Amino acid sequence: MATLVGPRGAGSLTDATGWELKPEGLCRDDVCVPVPDDVRAAATDDAVALWRHLGWPVATTGDAADAYLGEPVSARAAARAGEPAPDFALRDLAGVEHRLRDHRGKKVFLASWAPW
Amino acid sequence: MDLPVWQALSDDLAEEAFVVIAVSFDTRAPEASRPWIEGANPTYPCLLDPEHEVADLYNMVNVPNAVWIDEEGRIVRPAETAGTGDEFRSMVAPGGIPADDLQRMMRRRQRYVDAVKDWVRNGVDVRSATDATHTADDAQAFAHFRFGTWLARQGRDEEAHAQLAEARRLKPESWAFRRQSWELEEIGKAGGPDFWAAVEALGDADYYPPPQLAGLDD
Repeated sequence: MATLVGPRGAGSLTDATGWELKPEGLCRDDVCVPVPDDVRAAATDDAVALWRHLGWPVATTGDAADAYLGEPVSARAAARAGEPAPDFALRDLAGVEHRLRDHRGKKVFLASWAPW
Repeated sequence: MDLPVWQALSDDLAEEAFVVIAVSFDTRAPEASRPWIEGANPTYPCLLDPEHEVADLYNMVNVPNAVWIDEEGRIVRPAETAGTGDEFRSMVAPGGIPADDLQRMMRRRQRYVDAVKDWVRNGVDVRSATDATHTADDAQAFAHFRFGTWLARQGRDEEAHAQLAEARRLKPESWAFRRQSWELEEIGKAGGPDFWAAVEALGDADYYPPPQLAGLDD
């Protein structure tokens, strides 16, 4: 069976993506996306087919042995002035985790850089 | 390198309810970023984003890019060039960057930093009309890029390069994709002949699209 990789790591569908197949559909937090019965029957063994059915981003290796299940546009925040800034948690060099939301009440200047 | 510039900004605004958060887009182990962070010795959070989570969430396509976020956690200015400009492109020409260009570049950066201070201290309304929201192609491109860097970390270089090439094809405006994937192919390639050829191929197009912020180039 293919190794599933996603924004949350590698492993099962839920490990990789945070989404989980439930009776009401494909769910994460309080959002559920309906999944037709025939797709659901196949999706138990084939998360890639499920992702393709939903039109969500999929990347596979040449031999299709491993697959990346991407975050759909519909689950992404709009990046416009006035919209909520999506939270994130990243570590510093010392391994300490920082979250954007820890800085609520302050103005934040979020800047990218790279050594290259 | 920008980390010392953000340190000066952070120092100037030390009394204000303000924080700089710098994010390294290097997808390799922390050691790749460590010398620059330790050299700048920042007092603000300097975070590692090997999975390009922030790049993805905010659709940031180059370095330095910046997003301005207000006290309520709302975006004020979506991802844009953080005050730099295209003057660097004549670095490789005989004689280097002309003095006038160099001055203009430094003046623009200063005005950009001043605009941050004005926003923080005086609450000047600097909301930008830029929309950096993902398209379906962006979402697909980030899937290829993030899969590629995952494969690279597994030592599966050939498969990694195929994914990264697809990411670059789908999102050609992302210099972060291009330069990181070149660097994964060969150390130094991100700033080597391929980089300069790609910059040259832009012709009249911007490498660093200027932020839509009044007075930067007056």
